[in-house]
Amino acid sequence: MHRFNFRQASSIAEAHSTHAASDDAVYIAGGMTLIPSLKLRLASPNDVVDLSRIDGLSTISSAGGVLSVGATARHCDVAQTTDIPALASLASRIGDAQVRNCGTIGGSLANNDPAADYPAAVVGLGATVHTNSRAIAGDEFFVDLFETALEDGEIITRVDFSIPSRAAYAKFANPASRFAIVGVMVAETSSGVRVGVTGAGACAFRMSSFEAALSSNMSASALDGIAVDSSEFNDDLHASAQYRANLVTVMAKRAVAQLTA
Amino acid sequence: MNAETGIGASALRKEDARFITGKGQYTDDINVFGQTFCVFVRSPHARAKIKSIDTASAMAVAGVIRVFTGDELTADGIGDLPCGWVVTSKDGNPMVAPAHPPIATEFVNYVGEPYAFVVAETLQAARDGAEAVSADFEVLEAVVDTGTATSSAQIHENVANNQAYDWELGDKDATDAAFAQADHVTSLDIVNNRLIPNAIEPRAALGSYDAASQTYTLYTTSQNPHVERVVLALFVQVAPEANLRVISPDVGGGFGSKIFVYAEETAVIWASAKIGRPIKWRADRSESFLSDAHGRDHVTKAELALSSSGEMLGLRVKTIANMGAYLSTFSSSVPTYLYGTLMAGQYKTPAIYVETQAVFTNTAPVDAYRGAGRPEATYVVERLVETAARELGMDPVELRRINFIPTDAFPYQTPVALQYDTGNYAASMAKALELADSDGYMARKAASEAAGKLRGRGYSCYIEACGLAPSQLVLQLGAGVGLFESAEVRVDVSGSVTVMTGSHSHGQGHETTFAQLVSDRLGIPFDSVNVIHGDTGRSDYGLGTYGSRSIAVGGSAIDKALDKIIAKGKKIAAHMFETTDDQVDFADGQFSYAGSNEPKPFAEIAGAAYIPAVYPLDELEPGLSEKAFYDPSNFTYPAGSYVCEVEIDPTTGETDIAKFVAVDDFGNVINPMIVEGQVHGGIAQGIGQALLEHGIYDSSGNLATGSYMDYAMPRADDLPDFQVDMTSTPCTHNPLGVKGCGEAGAIGSPAAVMNAITDALGVKDVSMPATPQTVWQTIQQGT
Ligand SMILES: Cc1cc2nc3c(=O)[nH]c(=O)nc-3n(C[C@H](O)[C@H](O)[C@H](O)COP(=O)(O)OP(=O)(O)OC[C@H]3O[C@@H](n4cnc5c(N)ncnc54)[C@H](O)[C@@H]3O)c2cc1C
Repeated sequence: MHRFNFRQASSIAEAHSTHAASDDAVYIAGGMTLIPSLKLRLASPNDVVDLSRIDGLSTISSAGGVLSVGATARHCDVAQTTDIPALASLASRIGDAQVRNCGTIGGSLANNDPAADYPAAVVGLGATVHTNSRAIAGDEFFVDLFETALEDGEIITRVDFSIPSRAAYAKFANPASRFAIVGVMVAETSSGVRVGVTGAGACAFRMSSFEAALSSNMSASALDGIAVDSSEFNDDLHASAQYRANLVTVMAKRAVAQLTA
Repeated sequence: MNAETGIGASALRKEDARFITGKGQYTDDINVFGQTFCVFVRSPHARAKIKSIDTASAMAVAGVIRVFTGDELTADGIGDLPCGWVVTSKDGNPMVAPAHPPIATEFVNYVGEPYAFVVAETLQAARDGAEAVSADFEVLEAVVDTGTATSSAQIHENVANNQAYDWELGDKDATDAAFAQADHVTSLDIVNNRLIPNAIEPRAALGSYDAASQTYTLYTTSQNPHVERVVLALFVQVAPEANLRVISPDVGGGFGSKIFVYAEETAVIWASAKIGRPIKWRADRSESFLSDAHGRDHVTKAELALSSSGEMLGLRVKTIANMGAYLSTFSSSVPTYLYGTLMAGQYKTPAIYVETQAVFTNTAPVDAYRGAGRPEATYVVERLVETAARELGMDPVELRRINFIPTDAFPYQTPVALQYDTGNYAASMAKALELADSDGYMARKAASEAAGKLRGRGYSCYIEACGLAPSQLVLQLGAGVGLFESAEVRVDVSGSVTVMTGSHSHGQGHETTFAQLVSDRLGIPFDSVNVIHGDTGRSDYGLGTYGSRSIAVGGSAIDKALDKIIAKGKKIAAHMFETTDDQVDFADGQFSYAGSNEPKPFAEIAGAAYIPAVYPLDELEPGLSEKAFYDPSNFTYPAGSYVCEVEIDPTTGETDIAKFVAVDDFGNVINPMIVEGQVHGGIAQGIGQALLEHGIYDSSGNLATGSYMDYAMPRADDLPDFQVDMTSTPCTHNPLGVKGCGEAGAIGSPAAVMNAITDALGVKDVSMPATPQTVWQTIQQGT
């Protein structure tokens, strides 16, 4: 780790202005992604601005059919919620207990690891990501590999999930890291069936062909024969693009089977 | 005997209280006055010429004390890291070993090889300093692939074709003749995957030099501190032997990777004298991945000749073994004397011929890893046998049974040098089949199929040679050290006992097992026995722990010392009874004499030994403390039968181990709980090799699996509940009748798993690790 200044923020405004005043600052929430990269000296910011003690930023609340999850809510906190069982189940399967006790939803979304789980929920449940300056539709949030719609210094404050009538998440975990090689969230929402996929591509995306098929027939067999285009899929040590394409279908089917069980 | 702590009892481990409450004393827990910190600067290239190294900017970093390069060690007379076993090629020439300076001087030959190190006041300053060291490299073409290494760019000036040796064992002509007569030949191309050991405690060293006494003290994570001392003193020439003390305190796992003498402890102990202050180093996990000796990495062509009725007639094996960039301490012996010699397995195959070509590549050195050579041999034999049965349309159990060495054939001389003392392979097999509910298999298979899953079953009947090793035999075969073990039993005035052993516990539980042995034989409380190991300043020269040798060799040495203690105790007692020592009996902790109804408890004799009033001092020396060295007359031969059932989801290729049965014959067992734990750990590693673990270098020699993000270690939920049981044919040539259990699980299990997977898929071979993707692709290719 290189030396840096640790800046404890007590409000979103203070965090934002501290970040803006530094020529090289980074936020820290749970630190589960940032600290390893600091230790490996892959990141060496001058200032680390801590969001984790900002009052109210970790609040989870449910009202009017919307589950609102504060940015610094930890994976273990979300795992305890009951409004959207698929989301709680997703959170309960992130990393290990230590990671879940520290890692936050805001950190996960801002980092946008291609193999992270939450992006499948944000896309698959049609969530809205709120920041210190605006609201970003889930479909618009993930831009590319580790790249999001966030502007420099913009802070995620909460994520609003409309509670679906039914939803399920199926994950095929990387045997080494246990991140998702492919994870699929299937949901029946007020705005129709949504299928969010993580792990397969540079960032999470929706499978419109699956959504169309499931809209008319919510059963695993509805996905039979639908080709999955793997030309843009990740192809690496852990899984070929072709294998990932297969997993997209198999995980979607597993999610549908769970959701209809 | 005491039912809770005697021989055969599952006594709870003495060492666990300190380990699980965080009170262990590992190398990194030890801090000494004036200590400095060290960070190694490691090659980013798989192969490069070092044109120059710039240390000036590192020296300018605040807190940096010194930056050392390899040239300084060379100039100071520090020698190469040696390989301690000279293997002779077919043509009679000794193996060719490249120069292996601890810190690279002219060339770097694998990513992670150290070429400089920085010593600083703090770890942070040492890291900053290491980051500031820069070198001008001329990058050269890297050789990575095992199979094609001999025809690739030459890595070392003195090593033609990148070949260390081309070794053979067995009778080639007889084997060729067996193949010529055979009705059937089964052949397999086998890859044994590269593994990265990953002991939970990374390697560490703390070296200090005391100018007043001119002595060096090295704390390090070694499985064999005495060998470390000898190598550093006599070969590397860091210090005269008498002036060097090596201490291996608590060590958190080794699995072979901590047997070897590495660059880091060499550098640290040497440099501590240069700067006049102690130096500490502890590997990061990333460094462990790059610089611990890796395991396995074979490419093999294997053929088995059979008669039409399934009689095994001949076996021919040709292996290319990847040594990595240099010959690590015992590397040369692993794919030869610990591999070729095991090719008879449990079978009476009359003709066997094995060839091993050891090659260099620009990868981390490869050396012994749990099982060392024997897992590779078992994998070859057991994959072949199972495949042959399928090809002949025979039950693989039946094929094995008709070829087992029968119980009346022991001692059995194999065609590959070893002589097995005893065994009963059919008994282990029968017990394993019963435990595995063999009869219910077809119903389970049908149930799996009804659920859309593929079910398969595989067997593995392994043998290992352990209890390393008869010294004169291994010395004749090229070993540079004898492999006996030392023991000292020191009785205190009150009758409690301190045992010194030259073996070393890094998870095995010697403090418990050895205490059981001593307490049982002397009839004293288990808690009165204290076992000391891991310090060259306290125990006699010994050879450490690996090769499942501690109980068979180290335990036998203790047993021999106990004989001497009892013999002397009888002499003392005889004087007290006013008789001769041949009239004195010792049992259940009491010395007794038929002419007296007042037996003398052990503690009383101990007291009498140190308060020498009752015996004449011109006949008997005072005191009660005895030493012994035990050199085994043969290896021991644990063997067992493993059965594995898998269930595969064809949609994803995921393999679930539905059943795993292990029946082992370890001869006599001192602590069944500890033995079972060793079997569990070994199987976990074997399943890890079969399903998960794979050390992969990319084509330019970068380690692609250099962290837990990419290297899949087995976790508890990857493993089934093991069904473990034992049979016993006691070893015939050591006093305890024990064989050793440390490696068995890792040796026997990979073949059982892969035999089950290939059975489920109906294919000849799947290469390890059988990851979901690999299995899925295999299924896709078949449809
Ligand atoms: C061993 C291990 C296993 C893991 N397994 C999984 C897994 O299976 N699935 C999975 O999805 N993830 C996994 N993770 C990642 C984990 O979920 C992380 O916690 C998460 O990705 C980051 O959250 P954090 O709060 O720790 O963020 P931090 O590490 O604190 O920050 C990460 C990045 O996000 C930025 N950031 C943080 N909060 C905000 C905010 N509110 N607004 C704007 N930017 C912000 C930071 O500046 C930083 O760049 C694993 C991590 C580890 C160490």
